[in-house]
Amino acid sequence: MGTLDGKVALITGAARGQGAAEARLFVERGAKVMMTDVLDDEGQQVAAEIGDSAAYMHLDVTSEQGWKDVVAATVEKFGKLNVLINNAGIITPAKEIHETSLEDYRKVIDINQIGVFLGMREVVEPMKTAGGGSIVNISSIDGLTGMYGASAYCASKFAVRGMTKVAALELGKHGIRINSLHPGGVKTKILNDINLSEEQAEEAFKASPLGRIGKSEEMATLAAYLASDDASYSTGSEFVADGGLTAGFSLDS
Amino acid sequence: MRNLEGKVALITGAARGQGAAEARLFAARGAKVVITDVLDKEGQQIATEIGDAAHYIHLDVTDENAWADAVKETLERFGKLNVLVNNAGIVQVKALVDCSVADYMKVIEINQLGVFLGMRTVAGPMKDAGGGSIINISSIDGLIGMTGGAAYCASKFAVRGMTKVAAMELGPDKIRVNSIHPGGVLTPMVTQTGMDESMVNSIFGKVPLGRVGQPEEMATLAAYLASDDSSYSTGSEFIADGGLTAGFSLDA
Repeated sequence: MGTLDGKVALITGAARGQGAAEARLFVERGAKVMMTDVLDDEGQQVAAEIGDSAAYMHLDVTSEQGWKDVVAATVEKFGKLNVLINNAGIITPAKEIHETSLEDYRKVIDINQIGVFLGMREVVEPMKTAGGGSIVNISSIDGLTGMYGASAYCASKFAVRGMTKVAALELGKHGIRINSLHPGGVKTKILNDINLSEEQAEEAFKASPLGRIGKSEEMATLAAYLASDDASYSTGSEFVADGGLTAGFSLDS
Repeated sequence: MRNLEGKVALITGAARGQGAAEARLFAARGAKVVITDVLDKEGQQIATEIGDAAHYIHLDVTDENAWADAVKETLERFGKLNVLVNNAGIVQVKALVDCSVADYMKVIEINQLGVFLGMRTVAGPMKDAGGGSIINISSIDGLIGMTGGAAYCASKFAVRGMTKVAAMELGPDKIRVNSIHPGGVLTPMVTQTGMDESMVNSIFGKVPLGRVGQPEEMATLAAYLASDDSSYSTGSEFIADGGLTAGFSLDA
């Protein structure tokens, strides 16, 4: 299914989890993909498995110069840039606000929020040159609702949701669409960072209407939709894939 | 792309506009489609154009018995039901102070009770099919207000709310329920409000994407939600409005 035929996509945080799933699916659907991460061994490995349609480059999303280099290299290697998936992100173990150090707070904001800001800014010119494009910012259900012990994470994910709308207003005239994607619980290695085992994570999301945790591939299909021309009239909006977690609450015990 | 292969979809209000575009696209992507409407001649015509993959049934969405009959006929014809697109609707622009109860209830009956009846009637057959996807066509008027839209906005907000309740109740049966929120789309429903094409273009030309939407651009979103690609989405709003509800600009 070649819905992404002829498109060139840059995906951050693509060494594993959702980013890696996106890279694989995008190539399967016809795109060329520049994968970036700070986990170089794993990133190289995934790119090698995918083959000629993928390349890997080191990118710390908080580095302004790093972004400029990666965008230039992508255009040089694949000729243009149509799609950016701002997927890179971190989560830190739960801590109440009064226990959260400024340093810890800033670290999350730098990667999850400033990284997205820089990415959007750096791809505008090449996307204008390409005649338009699609930016998909990976927010979270924590960009829609609160999560206990996650002041920095929620702040960063709400910020991504807000910036998405501003960018949509500013860049629509260039044919660049920007939307945010809001995953619920998804089985990826990032869950280890908040000390959740696979079993605990699966158990935690059983209470959602669909009764199970999501898969990375189910986020990749949504990102692929937004990257494709099928989504040609969507910009500035939230696209949620959370198994119904944020749909509401139940009176059943 | 045949990502709806093997699925059977029932689409209401499918004689023209977005519903007709959905019917054509769904069939092109491999689905069998039951087209329903109250505009029998136009609906029949679309079904004939699509061919064997389509079948037309008269359905007034406010009629409880007619829903039962349409679903039964769908199962007889195509063997199962996987997808419902609650697309039928009417628009009414009438100032609150000028809106009679009869005016108001006409919109609520079609846009809101029609969706309620549709969801209720398909839940059983979808459970039998091992799951399904219900797509309720709301509007940007289910997200924000519109002058003259007391009844229309009420009905479209109601659809958005019921979508979330249905998602919670039907999730255990693997039935996903989401709402689509089109912005300005050039269809007969819009031009029937008295706006001609140039008025529609000048109003919706101000959105970030700078143009009015096309029915086909709503059909692609419906197709995404109908497909297994959206397997982890339920109870949410999916917007295709060219950025109309993204915010406001301080530029003159």
